[in-house]
Amino acid sequence: MTALLPDVAEVTSSDASLRRFLHGLPGVDQVGAEARAAELATRSIKTTAKEFAIDLAITMVDLTTLEGQDTPGKVRALSAKAMRPDPADPTCPAVAAVCIYPDMVGVAKQTLGESGVRVASVATAFPSGRAAREIKLADTRNAVAAGADEIDMVIDRGAFLSGRYLEVYEEILAVREACARPDGSEAHLKVIFETGELQTFDNIRRISWLAMMAGAHFIKTSTGKVQPAATMPGTLVMLEAVRDFRDVTGTMVGVKPAGGIRASKEAIRYLVMVNEIAGADWLDPAWFRFGASTLLNDLLMQRTKMKTGHYTGPDYFTLD
Amino acid sequence: MPSSGERIEVRKTYKLYIGGAFPRSESGRSYEVHDSKGRFLANAAQASRKDARDADVAARKAFGGWSAKTAYNRGQVVYRVAELLEGRRIQFVDEVQRGEGLSRRQAERVVDLSVDRLVWYAGWADKVAQVVGSANPVAGPYFNFSLPEPTGAVAMVAPEDSSLLGLVSVLAPAVVTGNTVVVVTSYSRPLPAITLSEVLATSDVPGGVVNMLTGSAAEIAPWLASHMDVNAIDLTGVEDAELARALEESAAQNLKRVRRPGPVDWAAEPGIDRLASFLETKTVWHPIGI
Repeated sequence: MTALLPDVAEVTSSDASLRRFLHGLPGVDQVGAEARAAELATRSIKTTAKEFAIDLAITMVDLTTLEGQDTPGKVRALSAKAMRPDPADPTCPAVAAVCIYPDMVGVAKQTLGESGVRVASVATAFPSGRAAREIKLADTRNAVAAGADEIDMVIDRGAFLSGRYLEVYEEILAVREACARPDGSEAHLKVIFETGELQTFDNIRRISWLAMMAGAHFIKTSTGKVQPAATMPGTLVMLEAVRDFRDVTGTMVGVKPAGGIRASKEAIRYLVMVNEIAGADWLDPAWFRFGASTLLNDLLMQRTKMKTGHYTGPDYFTLD
Repeated sequence: MPSSGERIEVRKTYKLYIGGAFPRSESGRSYEVHDSKGRFLANAAQASRKDARDADVAARKAFGGWSAKTAYNRGQVVYRVAELLEGRRIQFVDEVQRGEGLSRRQAERVVDLSVDRLVWYAGWADKVAQVVGSANPVAGPYFNFSLPEPTGAVAMVAPEDSSLLGLVSVLAPAVVTGNTVVVVTSYSRPLPAITLSEVLATSDVPGGVVNMLTGSAAEIAPWLASHMDVNAIDLTGVEDAELARALEESAAQNLKRVRRPGPVDWAAEPGIDRLASFLETKTVWHPIGI
């Protein structure tokens, strides 16, 4: 795609000009995107490449629990697992972050301490995003104040689907501001699109550009609460967007597929796609993450299989 | 329709049986199966270690539901398998006769015995607990019970020679007591096992309770023996003593229950030995009611 560097101030000066820009983005070839994703899923990754991919995937996991029934005990257990995913093997790397509801940030922060595992908190009336702007901002400030390193916000899909793009843009800007800490640093902002509700790949491309122009550090597919969650072709469109965005602005934005990725095999397919579409620069937990819970155990089982030479089972890993 | 009355030969594709479905081997391999006189019978799928892994995943998944059924219900299901096997007896007689080189009469006898064996084990389903379990005398105001529970996912190497009766005789006792199984069938005579899978698939046995892998035990069994998510292994069909020893050693890794190979007269009444092979005893204390 050869979009020229947009003058962000001008593009976002009115709803109409923002719409003109977003609808001026080239359309996504749906059949092509699906075929490309399917083709990339057929690559054979074996032996040392597989070992590398599994360890990399572990370091990219945002270990997630977003349930109404979450308790401090569960968050502590999950945090312990995030630091030492395989207690039997000290060479196993830690995951990137734990992803939790805002009221659990303090508990997670206390357990994780200075381990380097980050605390990501969902915010802005997750998962529906149906609340007043002030409430969403208060939700975000609250999570940041509690010590969250990363904020996973949801966009207002209702506003986006009814064409009120500027509203969505301004909301992301406002949340980004709310991510600021008193010391001048800021929590990283991930913007969740909920691609399962956006209907078309064109919409995914538009919201990707909109979120990146608004200053998202990461763009994320889904909340995990809506089916379908992350899909290969949907993520492919987002990877193209971050690649093109860097080409024209020089700013690098991360991508996080979340929900529905349960098997190591799928995770490895995503890594292949990241490498082929966005480039090797994105093969880093700073720029690509998996939002997942059950995926980690499967990665650990595969890792153990490769190290020991025999198949292992779920009995030997924690339930979470 | 050709008017000459000549038909195109419709050959059967023998595939694996994993999780209630009939997939080809993941490896894409197959091997030729010959009758007792060396004539070509069919191509059978040659299972790989990944098929064994998939089969174990299916068995593990099916274990919760199958072991939670009442013993009475499991007995009914196994009896239903006997009913359906009886209904397809001609096909089984045919396959056993050609595969094992028996006379028509002998093959019929083998199928009869196989059906009867299923019925016999079906009857044991809700009786084995009374025989191998117990109410233990204790010095205190408690009941103390020892109860048999299924071991879990069981890998089995089926007998090489007795391809139907031997198979049924190792399969039925493990299944009727609530285990789920991954069977490596007879290598040289795999066809009755696959036809039996078709019977299982159309009876009331839930998918994944029985999984059949046709192929080489020497290739597949070591992966099952060392598999940490397999709870027991039955080595009945392992004829190579070296291999049996190696399998037993790998099985020690996660303390699998092992049943060693040994000569068996499949036509004789089996006794309850095999029923007890894959049962664990749980002993519970229970206060006497107030």
